Amino acid sequence: MTADEAIHARFCVSWPGFTFDVDLDLPGHGVTALFGHSGSGKTTLLRCLAGLERRSIGSLRFKGEVWQDSERGLFRPTHQRPLGYVFQEASLFAHLSVQQNLDYGRKRVSHAHPVSLQHAVELLGIGHLLDRMPERLSGGERQRVAIARALATSPALLLMDEPLAALDLKRKNEILPYLERLHDELDIPVCYVSHSPDEVARLADHIVLLSEGRVVAAGGLRETLARLDLPTAFTEDAGVVIESVVADHDQIYHLTRLDFAGGNVVVARRPEPVGRRLRFRVHARDISLTLTRAEGTSIINRLPATVIEIATADTPAHVLVRLDAGGTPLIARITRRSLDHLEVAPGKLLWAQIKAVALLA
Amino acid sequence: MLSAVDLAAIWLTLKLATVTTAILLIVGTPIAWWLAGTRSRFKVLIGALVALPLVLPPSVIGFYLLITLGPHGPVGQLTQWLGWGILPFTFAGLVVASALYSLPFVVQPLQQAFEAIGPRPLEVAATLRASPWDSFFTVVVPLAKPGFITAAILGFAHTVGEFGVVLMIGGNIPEKTRVVSVQIYDHVEALEYAEAHTLAGGMLLFSFLVLLALYSRKGRNAWT
Repeated sequence: MTADEAIHARFCVSWPGFTFDVDLDLPGHGVTALFGHSGSGKTTLLRCLAGLERRSIGSLRFKGEVWQDSERGLFRPTHQRPLGYVFQEASLFAHLSVQQNLDYGRKRVSHAHPVSLQHAVELLGIGHLLDRMPERLSGGERQRVAIARALATSPALLLMDEPLAALDLKRKNEILPYLERLHDELDIPVCYVSHSPDEVARLADHIVLLSEGRVVAAGGLRETLARLDLPTAFTEDAGVVIESVVADHDQIYHLTRLDFAGGNVVVARRPEPVGRRLRFRVHARDISLTLTRAEGTSIINRLPATVIEIATADTPAHVLVRLDAGGTPLIARITRRSLDHLEVAPGKLLWAQIKAVALLA
Repeated sequence: MLSAVDLAAIWLTLKLATVTTAILLIVGTPIAWWLAGTRSRFKVLIGALVALPLVLPPSVIGFYLLITLGPHGPVGQLTQWLGWGILPFTFAGLVVASALYSLPFVVQPLQQAFEAIGPRPLEVAATLRASPWDSFFTVVVPLAKPGFITAAILGFAHTVGEFGVVLMIGGNIPEKTRVVSVQIYDHVEALEYAEAHTLAGGMLLFSFLVLLALYSRKGRNAWT
């Protein structure tokens, strides 16, 4: 990746009781999750990128183009930035039909359309809704139209502010596959605000962790989640994300084997065919450590792993152990007592027992 | 049944109300837009000034307008210097007075409509490449349409119904400043109760129909 392909952002905005101050480089491709608790500044960062926060001081360079440079008094207004923005709540124009909503942005874009309206409509499965008025759509349908409307402008950058937050689980599951298709089929950098670890683990390639208006960590999803030096707010839910491939289905026991770099896990039978890529998440609290390959246990997923480092956890009783299982990072949350009993130290070879696997599809 | 003088008064009233409403929609929209969106500390001050005609006796407004627009008043001197003469006792003077008098009836419904829309649709429009002017006319105006209609109806009806300000600033000149309300007053003064009845009844019916239209609109869905 050359420097010009990236997004360089430096912003500072203050309100009474809240200061937002970030300086970060975002990759110019893939999905970057902006993750943090409410009030951490996720939405503010997104609004600064879009130019909706006129009071922000700083600079923004998007793939070599200057969008903002407060020192030189440069500020490109939102309507002149080639971006798409999906707001948290339904933001369709109530006085326009679905088709007119889709046309609103598209008509105002003069350049060629790498993403045609047709493609966006198909990608989001809204072809049958075009004549409807927004008030006659369900929450999930509205968000799909809003995403298609943003895509129809052929944005160079797609910003999404918790597009699923206002929806119930059923609607979320209805939209997530569309977002995954988006990720697979479009070559647009996406900044995706979320406070749901599962959503992030499922969709993101990169992650920016925000806390109290500051960047706590940023980088590739797997590497960043496998770090142990994150603030407690993030470690209580610590875990890793593993990219795997469906390798085999066991018809007798109704199990599916998932292969990944450095090993495999067996999970309850999955509907996906052999060869399909599947992400899963292993929580640190679901990994236990043994000195030898334990026999006589009901846990079937055991991986040999080398201890890399040890760090404090969210309680004084626990520690986090980072392991390397043949190239795949794992994090285990064990008690300090077990740490001493097993004499866990960097370099030691152990067996990691995985009690549960959260599949992200 | 209606005399030529009565018809002239009705025609003048309708003309005055139409011109005043048109001017108020043009002048009132930016004022209402500013009041709806501003965080300025002058918001309260301007809002109170706009609302003043709601509570002031029309004679007070008329009195100050007479002085300001008169030959020795600041505005009067300006209009004379511009070669427009002086406004009191002319149709133009009536329009100026009516516009001031009916200002809150146009600004307030518009302001409420703009506030109800909020900043979000404009932000959405901006992310869809619409410039501020573009989004005002393609998003705000259509969304605020019920507010514009209410503002126009109220501005028109209130101008038709004015009396005190007209009497102070316009006098009672047939075909120039003698509107229906003044004509009714004249009929009553002259003990022409039958003629007064006709005009007064007409005004009553007109006002009732206007309010009926207004309230039935409010009950309906705003977008259809």
